[in-house]
Amino acid sequence: MSAPAKTGGLVVENLTVAYPLATATVLGVDGVSFTVRPGERLGVVGESGSGKSTTALALLRLIRPPGRIAGGRVMLNGTDLRGLDEAGMRAARLRVVSYIPQGAMNSLNPVKTVAAQMRDAILDHGERVAPDAIARALEGVDLPAGTARLFPHQLSGGMKQRVCIAIGMLLRPQLIIADEPTSALDVVTQRQVMGTLGRLQTETGACLILIGHDMGLMVQFVDRLAVMYAGRLVELGGIEEVFAAPRHPYTRMLIDSVPTFENRGHFVGIPGTTPSLARLPPGCAFAPRCRFAMELCRQVVPPSREVAPGRSVACHLEDVPLAPPA
Amino acid sequence: MLRTIAARVLLLVAMVWTAGTVNFIMPRLSDRDPIAERLTQIASQGGGSLAGIQDMVKSYQERFGLDRSLWTQYVDYLGSIARLDFGYSIANYPTRVADQIAYALPWTIGLLGTATIIAFVCGTLLGALAAWPRAPRFFRNVLPLFMVLSAIPFYLVGLVLVYFLAFRLNWFPSGGGSELTAIAGFSWAYAGDVLYHSLLPAFSIVIASIGFWALGMRGMMVSVQGEDYMMFADAKGLRPRRIFFAYGMRNAILPQVTALALSLGRIITGSVLVEMVFAYPGIGTLLFESIKLSDYFTIYGCVLVLVLATGLSMIVVDLLYPLLDPRAGITHA
Repeated sequence: MSAPAKTGGLVVENLTVAYPLATATVLGVDGVSFTVRPGERLGVVGESGSGKSTTALALLRLIRPPGRIAGGRVMLNGTDLRGLDEAGMRAARLRVVSYIPQGAMNSLNPVKTVAAQMRDAILDHGERVAPDAIARALEGVDLPAGTARLFPHQLSGGMKQRVCIAIGMLLRPQLIIADEPTSALDVVTQRQVMGTLGRLQTETGACLILIGHDMGLMVQFVDRLAVMYAGRLVELGGIEEVFAAPRHPYTRMLIDSVPTFENRGHFVGIPGTTPSLARLPPGCAFAPRCRFAMELCRQVVPPSREVAPGRSVACHLEDVPLAPPA
Repeated sequence: MLRTIAARVLLLVAMVWTAGTVNFIMPRLSDRDPIAERLTQIASQGGGSLAGIQDMVKSYQERFGLDRSLWTQYVDYLGSIARLDFGYSIANYPTRVADQIAYALPWTIGLLGTATIIAFVCGTLLGALAAWPRAPRFFRNVLPLFMVLSAIPFYLVGLVLVYFLAFRLNWFPSGGGSELTAIAGFSWAYAGDVLYHSLLPAFSIVIASIGFWALGMRGMMVSVQGEDYMMFADAKGLRPRRIFFAYGMRNAILPQVTALALSLGRIITGSVLVEMVFAYPGIGTLLFESIKLSDYFTIYGCVLVLVLATGLSMIVVDLLYPLLDPRAGITHA
């Protein structure tokens, strides 16, 4: 943690994304830092608007203007991704950093066949398309070779998602960012697709970031979990430690909101709504919804502090014996 | 596929029949008598006497079949549509209507077809670039100019051009399809002459309609950019040029193609005003002249050509569309 530049994998330091508005500048991502070692899987959870997808786009440098990356460092296996020029970054996408979208809806070009879209991706990275490259890529995601000839509208949601994964893995990237890859799929398909994604990642030893809000899926799939709230990273740690002993009240409430077998039919929500990023409270962004909020919380933004190796939290509460809510 | 074609052709036949029937009735609602008018005109020009003209009118009416019952004429007329034979022009007897159309049609198709396609290509490209954030700002700034120009009817643009470029500056001929003295044929001189005469009318159509195509394309291109596949195309690291053409324009152009086919079908109708302004010897001028003289048979012929052109271009679009958009094919298959 102390000397991250020497270790391989992904190192993100103080990443900040700013959107200028008429009245103020809104920070969609506010000083986010984390690392992902090769072969490791990091889950990023948070409510809609918490900045998890924006973080992913910032890593790919695909923030659309007028939004921009306002600061921070992104190192991937020794390469400074923020230092690349535009052409270099374009070449790095897919080859080095690949993005797997929520593809079940329409991430594929409706007027091109699966094969043509895969071929485009290979050709534009200056490689020849080996005769069996597409069939092998499809086989890798458990799709028949005949899928290559089909158009997106002829595929099911699960098949489209597999095609997106196959495209994402074409050039064996060092970092895979999967942005809610299964949120539009039913649970059975979801499990199969995640299995495929996990297997490919293990084979290539790439870093993987899984973005989502399905806490159940996270427990099954990732090694470490990052919890985001209002553009800030509020808790980071090994998935088991975070689930066993969450250090941030928000994380605790997220975990408690997962329905259990013992408590069927009873859902626990988090009262209140996410604050508007344009009108954040002066202190901790979560304070208005927090049961433990103190006077300090409403005045000072809690800095992220390391509570154990690889485990950090941004909360003023010193020691949090968080009891489940009554 | 065969069933689709058969259904389309049946629809075309129904369309031609309906349009033909309306076309048959309309000129006959007028109380003018084309033969009497024509003969009076000849007589007055030739200085001949008007005596005995009633007998001539009667005999000509017999020759053209205008003395028979309306029903008989209607049945004959439908038969002639089926044979694409409209007999003789009343106004220019003994020229056959088919010959008149055959002479006029290439002028119209050559001028308006080419001008429409040029306007489509330029306008579509301009609209796409105007909507593309990475394109030079120039394209965004020039778009309003063309939108203003497209709000002005092109015959007005044409009149202004004729006045300044032809009448005042004498750079271009003020009308006609070629020099009156030119000898028609496949020679470079003649081709150059025809091209020279077509520049001004073509230019007026192109600058007046680029805005229409650009506006439609810009709107589609803007909404296409919000699609997930555009974002994924970027994330895949595709070359910007490929994203623009194969992912952006390729999807945004689909409604444009439908509009192009419809407007290609309509150019013959739309040609009337342009051809009048530039005295162009196309089908628009022919139609205008024959309406002025109540030349039934020529009107029938012209209108039928219009109907056929619209109908055929719609069939072509229907059959080509699945090739452009694979999603359109499944409903027919």
